[in-house]
Amino acid sequence: MENFNIFIRSIFVDNMIFAYFLGMCSFIAVSKNVKTAFGLGVAVTFMLVVTLPVNYLLQTYVLSAGALTWLGPEYADVDLSFLSLIMFIAVIASMTQLVEMTVEKYSPALYSSLGIFLPLIAVNCAILGGSLFMQQRDFPSVWTAVCAGGGWGLGWLLAITAIAAIRERLATYSNIPRPLRGVGITFILTALMGIAFMSFLGIKI
Amino acid sequence: MADKINNKEVLFNPLSKNNPVVVQVLGICSVLAVTAKLEPAIVMGVSVVAVLAFANVIISLLRNTIPTNIRIIVQLVVVAGLVVIVDQVLKAFAYDASKQLSVFIGLIITNCILMGRLEAFAMANKPWPSFLDGVGNGIGYALILIIVGFFRELLGSGTLLGYQIIPQSFYDAGYVNNGLMILPPMALILVACIIWVQRSFNKDLQEDN
Repeated sequence: MENFNIFIRSIFVDNMIFAYFLGMCSFIAVSKNVKTAFGLGVAVTFMLVVTLPVNYLLQTYVLSAGALTWLGPEYADVDLSFLSLIMFIAVIASMTQLVEMTVEKYSPALYSSLGIFLPLIAVNCAILGGSLFMQQRDFPSVWTAVCAGGGWGLGWLLAITAIAAIRERLATYSNIPRPLRGVGITFILTALMGIAFMSFLGIKI
Repeated sequence: MADKINNKEVLFNPLSKNNPVVVQVLGICSVLAVTAKLEPAIVMGVSVVAVLAFANVIISLLRNTIPTNIRIIVQLVVVAGLVVIVDQVLKAFAYDASKQLSVFIGLIITNCILMGRLEAFAMANKPWPSFLDGVGNGIGYALILIIVGFFRELLGSGTLLGYQIIPQSFYDAGYVNNGLMILPPMALILVACIIWVQRSFNKDLQEDN
């Protein structure tokens, strides 16, 4: 039940885009049409679900203070947490490469539709951000990490699909001042949606 | 001589015409998160300039030896190493600022400006132009951070760098701080305004939809 709450919280209350504004670069760049936006959202969700538990295990059994005690009592005061940034990003980068190779081999159709976005996921702040929040919040078990990762991913997917749909409509039905077209109006849209999502802030689940 | 002009362009273009934030739309995340006050915005700007300049130099020195298949991992490890150094330095000398920035120093690693510049420039150029490119882009980024941070702190808290700017008599006369400015969405709207102003001057940057 606890984990389910974290899952729901991660989708709405702690939404990566509207509450933390992480993963904005690809959010702005790849939200021109719904189909590609959805594809990227699925890829990000998948990466979050995979990397968060892996990084959680790394954090718990290797990196945090006293985590190496299982090797023997003499390791009890080893603290490797200053390495966590490098470890996390290495996991994420190699996972991205791994996923890219697997998808390319077994599902060339999906690979060609995702194309350039797959390697770009490695530098999506939402993914590293997820791992860093996981580290900050001391999740109790690896399942919590899975649920939070899934929630954050779905929240991101929801956000990018919504904004892509709005932008598709804007392109045909509205007359925006020329200098504001494209990126500018997307910023303002995101801001307005962010303010709307703030209404979730007070909710305690 | 031709080389010199080139270097100058490399250094100054990112300040306005090819600004990493408002034109290339890279590194937005941190612009929104750290600019509620001016001071963390400045600290963040300086950190990014340092990391970007040195990462560019290192990758540019290594550019002929990195196998293309694993270049993303190599780039990320170089950047991550530099960011860890910056993180530790900040913790030692500017502890309060580093507390305020929290995860966002770590997120410099995934700041797209870094990957973008490393891929687009450092992988193809000599160390010295790469260094200038890094400094130029870093400053272009810091510039936006500082503009946004300036307005958000002035309008949101009535202070600058922690000093009271709006006089007390204004408050007595009924002036109220704009609380909305403290919230992240307002940073987006400010960036949108910067984009608006900049694109009205640079017509060739305007998009079709």
